[in-house]
Amino acid sequence: MVPRFSLMSDPVRVTIDGVELGVARGTTIIEAAKQAGILIPHYCYHPSLPSPAVCRMCLVEVEKAPKLMPACATTVTEGQVVHVHSEVAEKAREGVLELLLINHPLDCPICDQAGECELQDYVFQEGRARTRYADFAKRFNPVEDFGPDILYVPNRCILCTRCVRFMDDVAATPVLNVSERGDRAFIGIDANELLDHPWSGNVVDLCPVGSLVSKDFLHKARAWELDKTASICPGCTQGCNIEIDTRDDVVVRIRPRPNLDVNRHFMCDHGRMNYRWMNRGDRAEAPLRRSNGAMQACDWETALDDLATLSAEPGPVVVLASGRASVESLGFIMRLFAGRDVTAALQVPRGEEAPLAGVPDLALRVERVPNLHGAQLLGFDAEWSTAVRATEHAALTVLLDVELDDDELATIKRCASLVALTTRDDPILQAAVLTLPVTSMVEESGTYLNRDYRLQRFRQAKPAPGMARPAWWVAAAALGRVNPDVRVPGSVEDALEALTSEEWLSGITPDSVGWTGIRLDGLVAGTVR
Amino acid sequence: MGYPHPIHPSETVVLSRHFGDEAARDYAGAVERGTYKALKQALAMTPEAVIEEVKASGLRGRGGAGFPTGLKWSFMPKGDGKPHYLVCNADESEPGTFKDREIMRWTPHALIEGCAIAAYAIGAETCYVYIRGEFTEPLAIMERAVADAYANGVLGEAAMGNGPRIDMVIHRGAGAYICGEETAMMNSIEGKRGNPRIKPPFPAQAGLFGQPTTINNVETLAAVPHILNRGAAWYKGLCLGNPKSTGTKLFSVCGHVMKPGNYEITMGFPMKDLIHDLAGGMRPGRTLKAVIPGGSSVPIMNQEEAESALCDYEGIVEQGSMLGSAGFIVMDDSADMVYEIYRLAKFYAHESCAQCTQCREGTAWTTKILERILTGKGRGEDYGLLADLADNMTGKTICVLSDSCAAPVVSGIQKFRHEFEAYLSGAKVLAHV
Amino acid sequence: MSTHPPPAPPGAPEKAYEPVFVGSALERLQQLYPKYPTKQALLLPALWIIQEARGWISPQNMAEVGQVLGLTPAYVKGVVTFYTMYYRHPMGRHVIQVCTTSPCHLSGCSDVVEALLQHTGCGELGTTSPDGRFTVVEVECLGACGFATPILIGDDFIEAVTPERVPAILERYP
Repeated sequence: MVPRFSLMSDPVRVTIDGVELGVARGTTIIEAAKQAGILIPHYCYHPSLPSPAVCRMCLVEVEKAPKLMPACATTVTEGQVVHVHSEVAEKAREGVLELLLINHPLDCPICDQAGECELQDYVFQEGRARTRYADFAKRFNPVEDFGPDILYVPNRCILCTRCVRFMDDVAATPVLNVSERGDRAFIGIDANELLDHPWSGNVVDLCPVGSLVSKDFLHKARAWELDKTASICPGCTQGCNIEIDTRDDVVVRIRPRPNLDVNRHFMCDHGRMNYRWMNRGDRAEAPLRRSNGAMQACDWETALDDLATLSAEPGPVVVLASGRASVESLGFIMRLFAGRDVTAALQVPRGEEAPLAGVPDLALRVERVPNLHGAQLLGFDAEWSTAVRATEHAALTVLLDVELDDDELATIKRCASLVALTTRDDPILQAAVLTLPVTSMVEESGTYLNRDYRLQRFRQAKPAPGMARPAWWVAAAALGRVNPDVRVPGSVEDALEALTSEEWLSGITPDSVGWTGIRLDGLVAGTVR
Repeated sequence: MGYPHPIHPSETVVLSRHFGDEAARDYAGAVERGTYKALKQALAMTPEAVIEEVKASGLRGRGGAGFPTGLKWSFMPKGDGKPHYLVCNADESEPGTFKDREIMRWTPHALIEGCAIAAYAIGAETCYVYIRGEFTEPLAIMERAVADAYANGVLGEAAMGNGPRIDMVIHRGAGAYICGEETAMMNSIEGKRGNPRIKPPFPAQAGLFGQPTTINNVETLAAVPHILNRGAAWYKGLCLGNPKSTGTKLFSVCGHVMKPGNYEITMGFPMKDLIHDLAGGMRPGRTLKAVIPGGSSVPIMNQEEAESALCDYEGIVEQGSMLGSAGFIVMDDSADMVYEIYRLAKFYAHESCAQCTQCREGTAWTTKILERILTGKGRGEDYGLLADLADNMTGKTICVLSDSCAAPVVSGIQKFRHEFEAYLSGAKVLAHV
Repeated sequence: MSTHPPPAPPGAPEKAYEPVFVGSALERLQQLYPKYPTKQALLLPALWIIQEARGWISPQNMAEVGQVLGLTPAYVKGVVTFYTMYYRHPMGRHVIQVCTTSPCHLSGCSDVVEALLQHTGCGELGTTSPDGRFTVVEVECLGACGFATPILIGDDFIEAVTPERVPAILERYP
């Protein structure tokens, strides 16, 4: 086997289960093993938490060491030879698994974690087939409501203490503890405290078993029924990488997707819990055009012809867009009205910032939209209420899936000509000449630019309802009618490529963005605006 | 040993000279008997010279690990600018051990002197004396002695009047055997749960409050003034067995002997004489069956091994066990080995801190199996199960509490299988434990 | 040892919380401040001050000491529940700790336990006598194995207790 040495200076050479590799000085054996493609079973270790080496699952055999060493707490040394799957190491793991199971209830049939449970996984892989603990009662403690969203099931707890370390060290809010001692120990919370930290939902992800569970997700779906889609949280400008879990095309859960440069392994509760809008049923499903005073359904061809006609007419245009609109959608809308006097504003709800103390530059941000910088760079720089008032004198007002209060509604109704690209049925539509059904961000693919000028891709997680299409396609198809030289992109990837004539996007390809995003250094440095 | 029995002629009296002598306890009485001369001498030497002297004496940790003390002190970094700490381990909770309490309640100033010399040698300005919460008498006596030491200028800004700052703080424990483990003790002083820490980092690099720290047992520190007073060569010469085990040690003998108590003997002394002569031997009509020498955390020795062993670190290893803290639990033929092993397992299960899976669950399961055997529901498979559990509990955890639970179980089954058989066959049964 | 306090008697009025760390108790704690580099390290000494003043440590006491030292109540509780000498519910006037670990068992502690339970009126280990005078608890090795059987009554460490000595010893604790 050809030794794999990385291109770093002064690598430490180790051999793990026969695989030779070089890793950076200070790397733990467990991380070095990952680089060799070997997963060392573990519970209490987590790359975003301090390592206490208490579960003892990751004990590996290290040649010349007198005892088995915990891989999570042992750094590599030159020439080390490590055996993860030797008889002695496997026996040690089998021992740990047996001991974890003696007080663990046979809850798999009713436990949410089934199918994504690390205890199930490792026991199936390396545990004993039968129990030897038949004679004694298992330890019992009642379920506790840690409130607002989290239940603690002590009987399933394996005391890995990830949750306590997360609250202590990452959230800097020591609201959880280990209570009692020995086999009486359990995770405790003070009677007068609640687990309501804005990032506390992460303990459910961290829990390797079904001990900490989310009330929101309780008994909603089985892990193996879920389709998982890589996406970006639309909740704020941080742009946490997420995974959208759907069951039969209904979004049932949002979880963080690891990205060491953005959100590490975490996401905040606001983003986590804010998904019900993704399942709304009251959708606009067909294009509607005003004809003889009434709105009538029509096909896309007719609707796009109408849109093209309206776009080509002279006069100021006001565009009011939803904060969740993608780079592609906003980009093509602006292209549709290029050359005209355009006032474009993005709807930005605001809220309180909630940082995660233990991770630098990670917080629930004040601006609760995922693409603020992207929108600004594409020309959506008007102030919202100014733009709303400007509709009174605009020749054409275009709404992209905004939510309006009564005052804004009254103002906009007075505009000359209103086109609404919308996801849902809305009172404003009564005043429009043309309403076009568009997809929400979960029904389309696209990119967002986060607050750190990181361009990140999100993927379609559920099918579009009815005749709804992505807003970028609507705008591009209308543009293609206005200007036959413009090629209408056939895919969202083509749409992004078409936008790379913008200076800040030059040189970008979907592959270069990948699934962990790409930081646009020119924007960061300020050399590109 | 002087208390409560008169000193036996075979004892080598060094640490225990004043046991039982109330007049020796207070500052004046202690000074009269030579206390603080060694501290004065040490402060006139360089710290390195003090460490060398202790190294040369061959003194080894008396808390149970037997690590060479001078070597341990030399691990402390020099000139690093960080605060250094000395911790005096007075948690004495190992079953069978009761020597440190005697040192503290009869010769508190001797201990203070030893701590001060050690603090000076390792560059520490503060020494925490961690006394277990149940030791109410030693706590009161040590608090008073420390106050007197300050009042008389032994401790404080300028130790002995012209030395460096040496401060001593008495810190009371609250009921946890595991806090006798040095890293758990540091966590306990810091106001945390007494969980042992993983090593590395070692205390000398990052210990108490993250700073370089040395932890020593009471008896170890109490020996230091004598080494300085009479010289390393004298201490090294006190050796009847292996040259790596030098000096005297207090052997706490308890259980089925006529005269339980602490006996100070030279290392290498024959165990047979310690039990049958110094400790008064068996009760009338009884024969020696077993000895657990280390406190309880070591393999059980049967009669033959006990009567062949020499009382030092290597001598007891030769007979299949370990010296540990030298807390001798002596059992005669009336002892129920299975019950005593069960009760020890129950002790370890109660004291487990809950961090490591094998200890947290293994000690409790072992206890339950032994209880089941005692109450008549044992099975042949239990031998294999207990052996498996013991194997899982050995060498796989952050500290050695689980290993300590395994040792008496494994050795007990090995050497007293017939007693287990009596329970398994139904010949013997307890109604309840 | 029970981990949950017994329920309050029905109809008992809620009393206003009386803080522990006032006056001399606060002074005692503050005198310890210069001896430790962190406030957290004062937790065990502070818990002892509470237990000496009140006989046990209530959830409100835990919240109070947390406030004084800058620690969350959950953190304090995690520490309190680790150490067996801190009591979490009211005990008898005199708490008797008796060792039953193997060395003491070899030396006859079972008979001492029986005598204590009988003469105090406590039905079993871990319970308080009906007159509220004594609670007898079973503890692990008290470090006096050669002076078996040792017991602690409050802060009084009494060595070499035998069943015969028990009545006279108990009489000293009204």
